[in-house]
Amino acid sequence: MRAWRWWKRIGRWGSFLGFTAPALLLILFFIILPALQTIALSFTDRQGAFVGLRNFVQVLSDPDTFNLPGFPPGPPPWGSIVHNAVWILLHLPLTVGLGLILAVLLDRARGATFLKSIIFLGMVTPMIVGGVIIRFLFDENAGIVTAILRAVGLTELGRSWTAYPETALPALILGSVWLWVGFSMILYSAGLATIPRDYYEAAAVDGAGPLQQFWYITIPSLRPVTMVIVAMTVLWELKIFDIVYTATLGGPGGATMVLALQMYFYAFRALEFHRAATVATLLTLFTLIVGLWFVRTTRSPE
Amino acid sequence: MRRWGRELAVNALAWGVGLIWIIPFIGILMSALRPQSELIHGWWQFSSFTISLDNFLKAWNHPTAPIGQGIRNSLVVVIPATVLPIFIGAMAAYALLRFPFPLRDPLFLTIVLLMAIPQQMVAVPLFRFLRDLGLINNYLGLILVHTAWALPWVILFLRNYFSTLPPEIEEAASLDGASRFQIFTRIVLPLSLPGLASAAALQLTWAWNDFFMALILIYDPDMLVATQRIPLLRGQYHIDWGVLTAASILTMSVPILVFALLQRYYIRGLIGWTLK
Repeated sequence: MRAWRWWKRIGRWGSFLGFTAPALLLILFFIILPALQTIALSFTDRQGAFVGLRNFVQVLSDPDTFNLPGFPPGPPPWGSIVHNAVWILLHLPLTVGLGLILAVLLDRARGATFLKSIIFLGMVTPMIVGGVIIRFLFDENAGIVTAILRAVGLTELGRSWTAYPETALPALILGSVWLWVGFSMILYSAGLATIPRDYYEAAAVDGAGPLQQFWYITIPSLRPVTMVIVAMTVLWELKIFDIVYTATLGGPGGATMVLALQMYFYAFRALEFHRAATVATLLTLFTLIVGLWFVRTTRSPE
Repeated sequence: MRRWGRELAVNALAWGVGLIWIIPFIGILMSALRPQSELIHGWWQFSSFTISLDNFLKAWNHPTAPIGQGIRNSLVVVIPATVLPIFIGAMAAYALLRFPFPLRDPLFLTIVLLMAIPQQMVAVPLFRFLRDLGLINNYLGLILVHTAWALPWVILFLRNYFSTLPPEIEEAASLDGASRFQIFTRIVLPLSLPGLASAAALQLTWAWNDFFMALILIYDPDMLVATQRIPLLRGQYHIDWGVLTAASILTMSVPILVFALLQRYYIRGLIGWTLK
C-alpha cells in the first residue's frame, strides 16, 4: 500500500518533470550555467587562479568605469557606471512622469487610440533603428532638432550632438525618452481604466477639486502599476546597448560608454574575458537588486 | 462655454504631443523617399517634392550589407524562435501552475528573476559553449538562445493567463480518462489562444529586434540578420542618410506590421501580467 503511494507520487513528479524539462534544460544551459561561469571568470586570472576581488578593484578604479574627476562641472567621459546612473537619474523621472501625464491627457482626448499607437511606435521599433533615428534627429545637416535650435538662436546647440562629448549623452538620453515613454503611458492607461468611477464621484461630493482627486485617488491607485514601470524602466536603462551602439559606439572619446557596451568591447574587441566578465557581473548585481526589490514589493502586499 | 474651451485645449495639447512624437518617423520616411538633392536644406523643406524608391532599392541590394538578405535571414530565425519558446514555455507554465511538486513556487520565482539578467552576463561562456558544439554561425544556435531567453517571460505571462481558466473543465476531462498531456493540448491550449497570440506577438517583435545575441553568434556576412546590417550601413564619417533611413524603415516594417495586425494582443501581452 505504501509502495503504491510512492509510485503515485513519482508518477505525479514525473509528469511535472516531463512538462518542465525542455524549459528547465534550456534555461540551465543557456542562462544559468553560462552566468555562473561568468562569475567564475570574474574571480580568476588568465591562468585560472583565484584572485579574489582583484578584477573588481581593477575595473572599479579604471577611468573607463569611474572617472569622477571629470564629473560636473567637467564634460564626459565620466565612466560607464556614472553614465548609466545619469541615464537613470534623467530618464526614469522623465518617462514615468510624462507617461502618467500622457495617459491622463489622452484619456480625455478624441482619437486617443490613434495617438497612443503613435506614441507607442517607439517601443515597437528595433532599438538599433532607434539609435539611427536619434543620430538623425540631432545631426547638424539632416536633423530637425538642431535646425530648430539654430532657428531660435541657440547656434551653439546647432551642431551634431552625437559628435561632441558635452551633448552626446544628453542626445541619447532625450532620444531614449522619446522611444520609451510609450511603455509607461500604455501601462498607466490600463491602470487608469481599473480605478472605479465612484471614487471620483464620492471625492467630488466631498468637495475635492481635480488636482486633489489626482493626488489622493489617481496616484495612490496607480501605485502597483508605478512599481512595474519603475522596475522595468530601470532594468532597461541598466541594460542599454543597441541605441548607443548605432548612435555613437560609446564615443566620442568614451563620452557615452555604458556598462553593457563596455563589457562587449572588453570581451569581443580587446579579448580580455576576465575584465569583461567582471563588468558583466557588476551589471548583473545592479539588475538583480532591482529584480529582487520588484519581486518582494509586488508579492508582499497581498 | 468654459467647458468647451477646456475640451479644445486638451485635444490641441494631445494632438500636439502626438505630432511631436511622430515627427522623427516622418523625418526618416522623407529622407528615405526623396532624392538627396531635395534634402540639402532639411527634409522639412517642401519647395519641391519628388518621391522615389531609389534608396529602398539601394538598401535592399546594398553591396556590403544587403537588407533584403538580412530580412530573409531574420525571418528564418524569428519564426522558430517564436513558436518554440511559446510551446515549451506553455508546457512549463502549465506544470508550474497545476502540478504538485516540492519547491514549485521557489522554482517559479527563480525563473522570473532571470528576466533581470543582462545578455552580457552569458556572452563569453555561451560563445565558447556554442563554438564547441559547432553552433556559431548557425541559426539553430541563435534560435535555441532566443528560445531560452524568452522562456522566463513566456512562463510568467502564460502561467498568469492559465490561472484565469476554470479548473473544472480540466477536472472533468481528467475524470473522463484524458491524460495530462491530452488535457494540455486539447483543452488548455485551445482555450488560451488569445494568450498565446499575445505571447507570440511580443516574442516575435523581441526576437526580430534583438541585436546583441546575433552580434556575438553570427559572423558570416551572408548570414547576418537585419538588425546587424544597420550599423554596417552607417559609415564612420560620411553617412548616406537616404540609404540608412531606407534600411531602417525596411527593418522596422516587420515589427510594426505585427503591432498593427495584432495590436490588441500586443498591448494585452504587455499589460496582462501586471494587472490582475
